[in-house]
Amino acid sequence: MNTRSLRARLSSGETDETLGQPAAGVLSRLSVGQARVAAIMAGGAIGTLARAGLAEVLPHRAGQWPWATFVVNLAGAFILGWLLTRLAERSAPSRHWRFFAGTGFCGALTTFSTFQIETFEFARDGHIGLAIGYPVASIAAGMALAVAGVLIARWGRHW
Amino acid sequence: MVGVLTWFGVAFFGAIGAVARFRLDSAVSARLPSDFPLGTLVVNLTGSFALGVLVGASVTHRIAFVLGTGFAGGYTTFSTWMVESERLGETGEVVSLLRNLWLSMLSGFGIAAAGFYVGQAIT
Repeated sequence: MNTRSLRARLSSGETDETLGQPAAGVLSRLSVGQARVAAIMAGGAIGTLARAGLAEVLPHRAGQWPWATFVVNLAGAFILGWLLTRLAERSAPSRHWRFFAGTGFCGALTTFSTFQIETFEFARDGHIGLAIGYPVASIAAGMALAVAGVLIARWGRHW
Repeated sequence: MVGVLTWFGVAFFGAIGAVARFRLDSAVSARLPSDFPLGTLVVNLTGSFALGVLVGASVTHRIAFVLGTGFAGGYTTFSTWMVESERLGETGEVVSLLRNLWLSMLSGFGIAAAGFYVGQAIT
């Protein structure tokens, strides 16, 4: 399994037709491309709402650790690592899952732009420790959780 | 506090952002095939610039919520950045993995800062 094919699958889902089952209900009346966009929009709306909701509950104050962004980014890295491995290597419950839960939900649940702006604001305000510690912790923990998701998807038998 | 309509706006623009990310990532990957995950980088940099402009321009809370948290947040992605890096490590491309991490981080920071000052300048 090389990076090319995984990259291609990640962005185009080209293997889904061979792995997937017939779509049910309203999705079956759409073309493959339309159903894909619908799945991404549905997952994207849910992921965005989850992130926005957490940002409202845990508002980020200047000079403090951005817990909401930190938590959604780590959770999304873990879920996506698990999901893509599971879909690629073990089973494909539906050809729309990759787009709904991966591209849509995990993609929208996590955010790179807010992460960068928060880091920039730490640096601009002179919080040098946070300006270095926040990205380092996010990337280190994000990588660790992505790897954990992949490994659990491979080793798990019933989840 | 934000109203129900604002939440619908956040969800809608988040959904649009997710589709825009998919479209642009697919287009970049198709035109410039590479082991390096360039599509995600292009998405994340353009989104960071856009959010920088919004924050720099000190838009109202509601606009920042709908366009920043909604669109820019739904458009850019941290999870794909991490999982694509993990894939590079798994296939032994450690140099590409490290480059993907530091290049995305430093250019993302720089372009978010640039967007912020552009936003400040135009308001």
